[in-house]
Amino acid sequence: MDLITPEFGLFFWQTIVFLVLLFLMAKFAWKPILNSVRNREQSINDALASAEKARKEMQNLKSDNEQLMKEARAERDAILKEARELKEKTIADASEEAKAKAEKIVADAKRSIELEKQSAMAELKNHVAELSVEIAEKVVRKELSSKKEQHQMIEKMIGEAKLN
Amino acid sequence: MTAHKSLVIRVYFTLALAVFPLLTFAQEHSEAENAEEEFNATDMIMHHIGDSHGWHFFGEGDNSFTLPLPVILYTDNGLVTFMSSEFHHDTEGHHVVEKDGMRFVNLHEDIYRLDAGAESVEFDAEHHPVNASKPWDLSITKNVAAMFLTVILMVLFFVIGLARHHKKSEKAPKGFNNVLETLVLFVRDEIAIPQIGEKKYMKFMPFLLTVFFFIWITNLMGLLPGAANVTGNIAVTVSLGLFTLALILINGNKDYWKHTLWMPGIPTWVKPILAIVEGAGVFIKPIALMIRLFANITAGHIIILSLIGLIFILESAGVAGISVPFALFITVLELLVAFLQAFIFTILSALFIGMAVEEHEHH
Repeated sequence: MDLITPEFGLFFWQTIVFLVLLFLMAKFAWKPILNSVRNREQSINDALASAEKARKEMQNLKSDNEQLMKEARAERDAILKEARELKEKTIADASEEAKAKAEKIVADAKRSIELEKQSAMAELKNHVAELSVEIAEKVVRKELSSKKEQHQMIEKMIGEAKLN
Repeated sequence: MTAHKSLVIRVYFTLALAVFPLLTFAQEHSEAENAEEEFNATDMIMHHIGDSHGWHFFGEGDNSFTLPLPVILYTDNGLVTFMSSEFHHDTEGHHVVEKDGMRFVNLHEDIYRLDAGAESVEFDAEHHPVNASKPWDLSITKNVAAMFLTVILMVLFFVIGLARHHKKSEKAPKGFNNVLETLVLFVRDEIAIPQIGEKKYMKFMPFLLTVFFFIWITNLMGLLPGAANVTGNIAVTVSLGLFTLALILINGNKDYWKHTLWMPGIPTWVKPILAIVEGAGVFIKPIALMIRLFANITAGHIIILSLIGLIFILESAGVAGISVPFALFITVLELLVAFLQAFIFTILSALFIGMAVEEHEHH
């Protein structure tokens, strides 16, 4: 049997065997294997895609939550700020009012004190005047008890009057 | 510990792989010496890489252990079948087998039918038989039997193994099935899709997978001691190459034939020249496939056999100290070549098919 001359018998059997093998393998091995592998790859890809989708959804939810939280926090801050402002304003208003009231009271008091003082002064002046008159009466009465003194007095007064 | 043990076993196994043929030849040689014959390395090597009608394991002559295989001959008088053992290990044309009134002899593994009336084969000066002719020989030879073994192994691995798993579940298989699936995916992802393209590869997957595993498993089987040299036989590779050629011719699209026979985009006077070159290329491509596989596998076997044969040529057991390690080295290398050649045959087939079915963009 020659090395480089193809023998018909072997060629014949190789062709038959290969054709049969090709048929057998294609039908009973390669088809189910490749189909199953493809299905598996498909399902792996699907699983990966859905995992990715779920991850994205989670992320969206998370960012939504964060947004909500942020808004809530901002709202809370605004409310607190408003309250604080209101409180301060109320306190400021109240203290101003009180101050005005107090000032008014003080002013009223001052005025009435002044009035009292004036009336008291007037009364006092009247009293002093009456007292002075009384005293003067008494003094005069005493001094003019003698005729001589009366004359002297009249002369003095006439002398002063003359000067005028 | 177990790893160490398995390594040791593996080393012993590989050694046995290299040494076993040596034992076989040693026996043959001693027999030959008894017969006072010269040791002929060429004959020994040709005998081992060639095909034969019986599967010889060891021993010589009537003491040998040979698996008889059916001889099937198609003569002018119809089919004749008998077992190869009826030749009694004779390949020199001495032993004549009579069947259905016809006489047959085995002459260097070629079966000759003696002309009517002839009792024994007669030779001319060039040692060609003068009174015999060759019938169509469709025998189940050693190579055909080895081919059947590969088929059985592939059915076991893929139909009974992997495909049955896949029919039951779509989960990734475990163990050996996982190895097989990885290889199937290797052919798909590294050979078919890159060469043929995502769109059309599926149609050619059965052929590519079958040819890849057939060549690889047969190559590996061929490295076992006493095994046949199937993929190193030109008849086998011619058949495989013709399958690729047939696929190219059947599936070649209009663009392919246009680019082969009347290449667009070049001066008209170049076109006929290129048509001749490209037209020849259509056939040269598969012929290169045939020769590459045959030559690589045969060369590997010849190197191993030559290294072992050195021991007998130099008639010194001491040479074994060098020859055996070298042969062992080449055997390990052949393990790689076994895969490589299967890969190359498949990827080139895919490439040629890919070229034939490619959709060209029109300029």
